[in-house]
Amino acid sequence: MTAKLILSLDGVVVQECPLIKERVTIGRKAHNDIVINNLAVSGVHAAVVTILNDSFLEDLDSTNGLSVNGEVTKKHFLQNNDVIEIGKYKLKYLNDQVSQTSASDFEKTMMMHAPAIPVQSAAEKSGDTGHYRALQGAAIEESGGDTRLGYDRVAKTGPNPVVPPPLSPAQPASRAAAVQILNGPNAGKELELVKSLTTLGKPGVQVAVLTRRPLGYFITHVEGAIFPSVNGQALGEQPHQLNDHDVIELAGVKMEFYFKD
Amino acid sequence: MRLIEALEVVSETHPGMLRAHNEDSVAVEPACGLVVLADGMGGYNAGEVASGIAVTVMISEIVPALADATPIQRDEETGEELAVVSLGAAIRKANASIFNAARSQSQYAGMGTTIVSALFYDNRVVVGHVGDSRAYRLRGERLELLTRDHSLLQEQIDSGMISVENARHSKNKNLVTRAVGIDGEVLPELHVHDVLVGDIYLLCSDGLNDMVEDGDIESALYGLQGNLPMAAEQLIQCANDNGGRDNVSVILVKIKHEYAQPRSWPVRLLDWFKK
Repeated sequence: MTAKLILSLDGVVVQECPLIKERVTIGRKAHNDIVINNLAVSGVHAAVVTILNDSFLEDLDSTNGLSVNGEVTKKHFLQNNDVIEIGKYKLKYLNDQVSQTSASDFEKTMMMHAPAIPVQSAAEKSGDTGHYRALQGAAIEESGGDTRLGYDRVAKTGPNPVVPPPLSPAQPASRAAAVQILNGPNAGKELELVKSLTTLGKPGVQVAVLTRRPLGYFITHVEGAIFPSVNGQALGEQPHQLNDHDVIELAGVKMEFYFKD
Repeated sequence: MRLIEALEVVSETHPGMLRAHNEDSVAVEPACGLVVLADGMGGYNAGEVASGIAVTVMISEIVPALADATPIQRDEETGEELAVVSLGAAIRKANASIFNAARSQSQYAGMGTTIVSALFYDNRVVVGHVGDSRAYRLRGERLELLTRDHSLLQEQIDSGMISVENARHSKNKNLVTRAVGIDGEVLPELHVHDVLVGDIYLLCSDGLNDMVEDGDIESALYGLQGNLPMAAEQLIQCANDNGGRDNVSVILVKIKHEYAQPRSWPVRLLDWFKK
């Protein structure tokens, strides 16, 4: 199902507009795709640009502006169920694309044959809509098409890109746990095991790691001459699963492992 | 120091938790300082075929090219070092092989692959890539990305259309704008980096960086740097624990010693004049 905008006034649906065009304009004048005949609305108030499954909302320097989910914005990357407000009118954005696609289809890498965004677009980052149009005609094709169009430009760009953060992964569903140091100068100190991997010791010298996994917590010897022990038993090379109130000893430091809840 | 003694190389690949096929391929040739990783795409088993051809061609092109010449020798036409020239040429050769195979056999039509490869030579590394497979470097405690994805999302980030924070919500994650074997020609992106003793280089398919945050990759590499096989295993395990939605492959290269290319003094003098 394609994404759509649902226009409503005082809770009453006025119009439903599927986002099938790449660019959908919203405004008072009749040539807009979504016409809102109200004096608080500018002639051409805003536009929604849709590229494949993503839609971007842009305020086209309207007199009275717009807000998304209660926040005034000039430009917004629309997410499912976002509510755009223009004067008294509300536009709800619906895009349930993810649930329509199975997870494995979704992750499948595909080649895109597209006239990629031209060089100058990077320069015109600001409110200008020009760079959106550059992507017109972007489409996935099974075969054919000219893939070389975008090449030159990307090749010229430097090797230190902005890193797109990875999809926030589901955290391993294990219970919260911590270790508390029992002796030495740091006695009493508690270390909560929030990360998927916690290092004990000094890399390059003597290291054991505590890993947080869906099934529980494990301790593994990594490097160094001394192997850690759990409840007085020296560990081997294999990961060892930890139980509540286990006492770990590593290079003379004792610590207790326990679940927090 | 010879490369085989200077580098510690570990590779691992896993189909992940949801896929029946592993379309990733990895190959390492530590004696030459060469590592290659490819993430194939295409129906049925075409993805595996494409990535398999890619790594095989890369190894069989570069190993003989370096056998009868030194990697720092400069190409007469371009003035580039042989290491850089041969890595680029090998990617183009892989492209031609996959493209021709896809054209000659209908079941492979449209197959393609990403490639990320690294060739270590003379205290440096040249990284060549096409698509969204990545190379990272851990130096000290910091992880840095050395490659820029050839993907729609990266282009949108570059053009200012979408912010880095918003990129994680994008539904257009898996669209690559360049791939090997799709077209008759390909333009590999090649960069040379200086190498320090203690650096760890990570080459991975998107099955890793889509599932595991950069911060977790960093802490795993830093904490487990003393045990490289365990570090590789931990990264794969982490991707699978987080859902393992894609095939996941990693190659780790740790720099244990310097590996300057030996030069005799007349060669050095000649090099100096050529500059």
